[in-house]
Amino acid sequence: MSYLDNIFFAVILALGIGYFAMNVRKLIRNIRLGRDIDRSDNPGERWTNMAMIALGQKKMVKRPISGILHIFVYVGFVVINIEVLEIIIDGLFGTHRILSFLGGFYDFLIAFFEILAVLVLVGVIAFLIRRNIIKIKRFIHSDLKGWPKSDANYILYMEIVLMALFLTMNAADYQLQFRGFPHYDQAGSFPVSSLIAPLFDGMSDNAVWVIERACWWLHIVGILIFLNYLYFSKHLHILLAFPNTYYANLNPKGKFNNLDSVTAEVKLMMDPSADPFAAPANADPNAVPEKFGAQDIQDLNWVQLLNAYTCTECGRCTSACPANITGKKLSPRKIMMDTRDRMEEVGKNIEANKGVFIPDNKTLLNDYITPEELWACTSCNACVEECPVNIDPLSIIMDMRRFLVMEQSAAPQSLNAMMTNVENNAAPWPYNQQDRLNWKNDN
Amino acid sequence: MTNELKVPTMAEMMAEGKSPEVLFWVGCSGSFDDRAKRITKAFVRLLNQAGVEFAVLGTEESCTGDPAKRAGNEFLFQMQAMMNIEVLNAYDVRKIVTACPHCFNTIKNEYPGLGGSYEVVHHTQFLKSLLDDGRLTIEGGSFKGKKIVFHDPCYLGRANNIYEAPRDLIQKLDAELVEMKRSRANGLCCGAGGAQMFKDAEPGTKEINIERAEEALDLEPKIIAAACPFCNTMLTDGVKSKNREGDVKVMDVAELIANANDL
Repeated sequence: MSYLDNIFFAVILALGIGYFAMNVRKLIRNIRLGRDIDRSDNPGERWTNMAMIALGQKKMVKRPISGILHIFVYVGFVVINIEVLEIIIDGLFGTHRILSFLGGFYDFLIAFFEILAVLVLVGVIAFLIRRNIIKIKRFIHSDLKGWPKSDANYILYMEIVLMALFLTMNAADYQLQFRGFPHYDQAGSFPVSSLIAPLFDGMSDNAVWVIERACWWLHIVGILIFLNYLYFSKHLHILLAFPNTYYANLNPKGKFNNLDSVTAEVKLMMDPSADPFAAPANADPNAVPEKFGAQDIQDLNWVQLLNAYTCTECGRCTSACPANITGKKLSPRKIMMDTRDRMEEVGKNIEANKGVFIPDNKTLLNDYITPEELWACTSCNACVEECPVNIDPLSIIMDMRRFLVMEQSAAPQSLNAMMTNVENNAAPWPYNQQDRLNWKNDN
Repeated sequence: MTNELKVPTMAEMMAEGKSPEVLFWVGCSGSFDDRAKRITKAFVRLLNQAGVEFAVLGTEESCTGDPAKRAGNEFLFQMQAMMNIEVLNAYDVRKIVTACPHCFNTIKNEYPGLGGSYEVVHHTQFLKSLLDDGRLTIEGGSFKGKKIVFHDPCYLGRANNIYEAPRDLIQKLDAELVEMKRSRANGLCCGAGGAQMFKDAEPGTKEINIERAEEALDLEPKIIAAACPFCNTMLTDGVKSKNREGDVKVMDVAELIANANDL
């Protein structure tokens, strides 16, 4: 009978991890809907970026208040998860505080976890205040109407509950250790929970034991729920920030990619000996010509799609966007949220149709992102610079402009005039190329 | 100011069997826009003063294709780029200087993939190197103690991480260099990039150039320094909209130095 607990624990753990793994597979499938792009170069620089930006939070502290609060929560989250390792071992094998053989180091660890738990609480409560009481502009922005706003608050509530359970569990454990309750040997140091422990003073040993066990179970179940909540929330950044910073663009931000498909055509046009009517050698008769630019998520590359899943909707990009600051519809954060929403929609379509995407008469362009948003961009790279995890909303905007112009000839009139000038007289204004040096003799 | 400008073209140089130390890529704005032409001439005066053997392409220059590319027209961009690269390679150009951050960015970053690899520097970097090499001196007198605020062009700053060269030059003027809250990597765009220069803004609550001009004017500068002909236009318009053009001037860094040197 005494194994019932352990079996029950193993089942919960397997369910929690299994369901998460299933969703991770969906996530990978969706990211693979994107076009291929080679980001295998410069592994050294990429590892450094990941270490500095994801692990080291280098870009977070550009805004010091939210940056430092975030470090509390982040370090707390990462370090307290060492405790989860112990919980899993204890749960599976029916031990109690298996790592306590570490002695003084164990005391230090537990004390450290407790202090971090308090810092996490401070951070999370400050975040709730910033979102809901101070109402910082980027958190009450129209991008976040509805689910995204609730999502952010749910995550913060969950973290409060998890930390409270952790500290209450330790407080009850401390009481039981103090009372010499069986199996609760003296282990650990409890600088914070020892302050909570007196609350249990009047309770029977059994009542305290029940509280300790309840907190222990709820804590691990809570963590598994949190893990599985990630896929449905904006909170995937805690995992995806790492690959996202690794695979981020390493080129200067001003360097936009040259489309190879265009290069081939332009070279053909400029080659006087080329026969424009000649059938290409070894052509695949069933080949579909490559689309120029992006109309839907399948036209974006997989790094752009990974970006969309990584976005945690903090809105630093939008708060720095000159177009958004001056009241235009463009919001780089919304570009990322729309890309993810559409990717999810396409993913569900694939699931419903046995692995094949059946066209649904919708596209990322128009149904999610309007041309008005795209044309408001000044390509200033403020959004790219701001993103704490190196997301690149600008590359998506540019790819969609390319589709509008090259596939649909749908540029604003004035831009068409500019492009006609460049074609006819090699300048964006209607001046003759022969007059290019006239400035020399002007007064 | 009346010294005649020496502006040899690549064709003339080649005819003489010479090759210049650097090609000055003037750009469309610097060639045709009345305000930007004054920047071009100020820079040329400095090159002449420093005795730099440079040349321009003149009528053989054409748009780099930057506005077409940022507007989404990759075809037109690559057509322009490949034609320019043919001309540049035919003259065996090795080093290019330009006063336009958009031309600078495009030639530096986007031409190599299409067969055009050159050493490309922005005019503020080039002037800084002339200064460091002792080929050019700056007489700061006329700007001494004047408050100058520098606006970072996106395609120089964030796009290519060049923040110090223009500031180093301004500091040589003995001026009081002040910074806006949004500067360097956090600089706010003037509103012209990404082909916005050539179209009306989308509906909003404000024009970007006015937002930026207000931020600069809040510091009560004598001069707003820019390092891009488009930023110059946008900020000039912004200052005018606040009726401050009488007491606040928008000037290119090259103009400041040329003025200081009485050129």
